[in-house]
Amino acid sequence: MTDFPHTWAHRSPRARLALWFGWLCLVALFVYCWQVMTANTIWMFIWDAPRQAADIGNRMFPPRLSYLPELMKPLWDTLNMATLGTLLGVILAVPVAFLAARNTSPSVLILRPIALFIIVASRSINSLIWALLLVAILGPGLLAGIIAIGLRSIGFIGKLLYEAIEETDIRQIEAVTATGASPTQVLNYAIVPQIMPAFWGITVFRWDINIRESAILGLVGAGGLGLKLQASLNTLAWPQVTMILLVILATVVLSEWVSAKVRGAII
Amino acid sequence: MLELAALTKTYKTGDKALSDVSLTVPKGQVVGLIGPSGAGKSTLIRCINRLVEPSSGKIILSGRELSGLGPRTLRRERRRIGMIFQEYALVERLTVMENVLSGRLGYVSFWQSFTRRFPAGDIERAYRLLDRVGLMEHADKRADALSGGQRQRVGIARALSQEPELLLVDEPTASLDPKTSRQIMRLLIEICAERGLPAIVNIHDVPLAQQFMQRIIGLRAGSVVFDGPPEDLTETVLTTIYGAEDWTAMRKDGEADQVAEAEAVASLAMISA
Amino acid sequence: MTSYPTTWRRPPQIVTDRRWRIVLTVAVIAYLVIGVGSVDLNWQRIMEGGARGLRFINGFLQPDFTSRWKDISNGLIESLTMTLTSTVVGVAISVPIGIGAARNLAPAWVYYICRSIIAVSRSLQEIIIAIFLVAMFGFGPFAGFLTLSFATIGFIAKLLAEDIEDIDEAQAEAIRATGASWLQLVHYAVQPQVMPRLIGLSLYRLDINFRESAVIGIVGAGGIGATLNTAIDRYEYDSAGAILLVIIAIVMVAEYSSSYLRKFLQ
Ligand SMILES: Nc1ncnc2c1ncn2[C@@H]1O[C@H](COP(=O)(O)OP(=O)(O)OP(=O)(O)O)[C@@H](O)[C@H]1O
Ligand SMILES: [Mg+2]
Repeated sequence: MTDFPHTWAHRSPRARLALWFGWLCLVALFVYCWQVMTANTIWMFIWDAPRQAADIGNRMFPPRLSYLPELMKPLWDTLNMATLGTLLGVILAVPVAFLAARNTSPSVLILRPIALFIIVASRSINSLIWALLLVAILGPGLLAGIIAIGLRSIGFIGKLLYEAIEETDIRQIEAVTATGASPTQVLNYAIVPQIMPAFWGITVFRWDINIRESAILGLVGAGGLGLKLQASLNTLAWPQVTMILLVILATVVLSEWVSAKVRGAII
Repeated sequence: MLELAALTKTYKTGDKALSDVSLTVPKGQVVGLIGPSGAGKSTLIRCINRLVEPSSGKIILSGRELSGLGPRTLRRERRRIGMIFQEYALVERLTVMENVLSGRLGYVSFWQSFTRRFPAGDIERAYRLLDRVGLMEHADKRADALSGGQRQRVGIARALSQEPELLLVDEPTASLDPKTSRQIMRLLIEICAERGLPAIVNIHDVPLAQQFMQRIIGLRAGSVVFDGPPEDLTETVLTTIYGAEDWTAMRKDGEADQVAEAEAVASLAMISA
Repeated sequence: MTSYPTTWRRPPQIVTDRRWRIVLTVAVIAYLVIGVGSVDLNWQRIMEGGARGLRFINGFLQPDFTSRWKDISNGLIESLTMTLTSTVVGVAISVPIGIGAARNLAPAWVYYICRSIIAVSRSLQEIIIAIFLVAMFGFGPFAGFLTLSFATIGFIAKLLAEDIEDIDEAQAEAIRATGASWLQLVHYAVQPQVMPRLIGLSLYRLDINFRESAVIGIVGAGGIGATLNTAIDRYEYDSAGAILLVIIAIVMVAEYSSSYLRKFLQ
């Protein structure tokens, strides 16, 4: 019943007017933003872009295949960064999610807002920015990358997991509570089994995303393929850039396939 | 023995679900709780093990007062009260055995329950109960792989594994077909008789209540309006409980159940013959 | 009197074969050992980092908005304008591509073209696109705008196409039966069904684009990211903290207002 469409419901003239006004506002805002944004744009560069593109395109091909062996160690580092970072993210996100979920949070007034803030903060800051910070603090290397991936993953995993916790079936929880189980036992017997599929799905999904992200973290010095990319870009070695991009693409496709398989097996 | 004294519950929303309910359930008695939808049947049952916190009044189970207990002692007292739910409320993704063993959670340490290493006695009891409800070979299945009637049997086994002194049963058959309903009711009554276990059974279906219960309590708008043996449940009484129209509608439903009833009675006759 | 078993072990749920379980466990442990081992730690550097980390946390707790306010506000304006324009342009381009990528509306050749555009846009990271566009178009927010528009296409067009493929066929049939043209079909049967979702997705993408706009500045595509990059390079952690807090605040506001707007538009 509810999804019956309102195809034929005519809008009242006032609603129509409001709608047009809304569109007008959007267009005006767009034009204004465009002007502000392009105020300092040097249009000569823009018109020159097709030539630049053709030039870069020419230099990029063919990719330098002989560069491949040199990419194996960075690839391994990238995979490690993604996997260990996901692991770190999971370890940190699980308690945060339980603190953030309304039905498991021990203190709705104090701990829950803190947990929610951690989630928002982690989500709004991209892993590249985390890496930028951590490289400045810890120095370049895998460790900064792993922590960056982990910190960014907290928000993602925490948010999806706490939503899953809030969606658990209250009747199953009540039934276990009614046996005289302690809160930790209720967690173990009623809540955890219900969120397990969501948990694995979210983790594998995030791992897949983290593979993509860790491939570029090297741009700011956090190790892995991105480091090679940065070096090749700095020396304008375009055939190497192409090779690196191909490796990244292959890895991403592979990890997407793995994650789809694993998620299919769980659900 | 369970004693309720002046039990009152007002929800935060302002609904007065129970007002001044007092009653006593002696050992071994199976009480049917009937009343129209929204009368407060579930609220009454849930107040007893304090899944719902009563606003005022006393709950006394075998001499010990349950109202006003702290969380730790409340958990200890809850072990003595088994509960069976309308939609089974099994933990779907755990095995049947784990569901039955979860009735023992109040008795074991967190570590024992976490590693699933329950004492031998608990496991033996769980198998015995599963055998009693006819699910011996399903012990290792996941609960969501069972049919409705089988799930309710697991629910019964879980409640019994607590070795309770009282059973609270909230509409055990509302999600089941008429025939399975009767089988489940029969099983429940037999088990209560075997153990001398008192029970409060919340039930929508008046004919079913009349057939199986030793005593019936009628609830209307949060107050007890009838308390007596099923034979006294005359049409006038039913009208006071349900209001005229509801009751006639329900009797039609009752007639529709006649077929199922005949089947169930026939099977019973065969067993006793 | 029959006797019942007194022991019970939970049957394994995922990997039922015992040998496979052992193999898997060993493999996981071996990976963890090797993987963690491959992270070479420079303890001295990390120790030094401790002090800096504290300084950063201090900067975060006592952010300095004032001394670099001009840079911050410039970066912010670039980011915000970039976000809005790229979302508008991206969504506008996504609509025809999304329709083209819906199997039930488009002929096969259009379908494959649109799907490949989506695939390309989705498989390339924003930051990599940004590197190339900066190389082509020069530094500044214009390259950022193009990057985000391009990324928006892959996101919106894919979800839009899936939505269109999921529409209620019965309604489309009913409209087709009246002898409607293809455009009328899209207008009367498809548009009302997917419009609310499209608006929701656009708002969601607006949110994502803002977050991304903070990143692509690192490779020179303008916006608050460039400001942040400079602040961190100069070890001005209090300014960096201020910028991060501004980003977090805007994302929070955007999230709240977009969920509010979505409810309002329903
Ligand atoms: N959690 C709650 N919050 C607020 N009001 C509630 C809540 N649960 C029940 N009520 C109200 O309390 C009254 C009694 O509800 P209760 O569920 O006990 O009725 P019931 O007799 O079990 O009905 P049914 O036969 O439909 O299950 C109803 O008016 C209901 O609206
Ligand atoms: Mg009820």
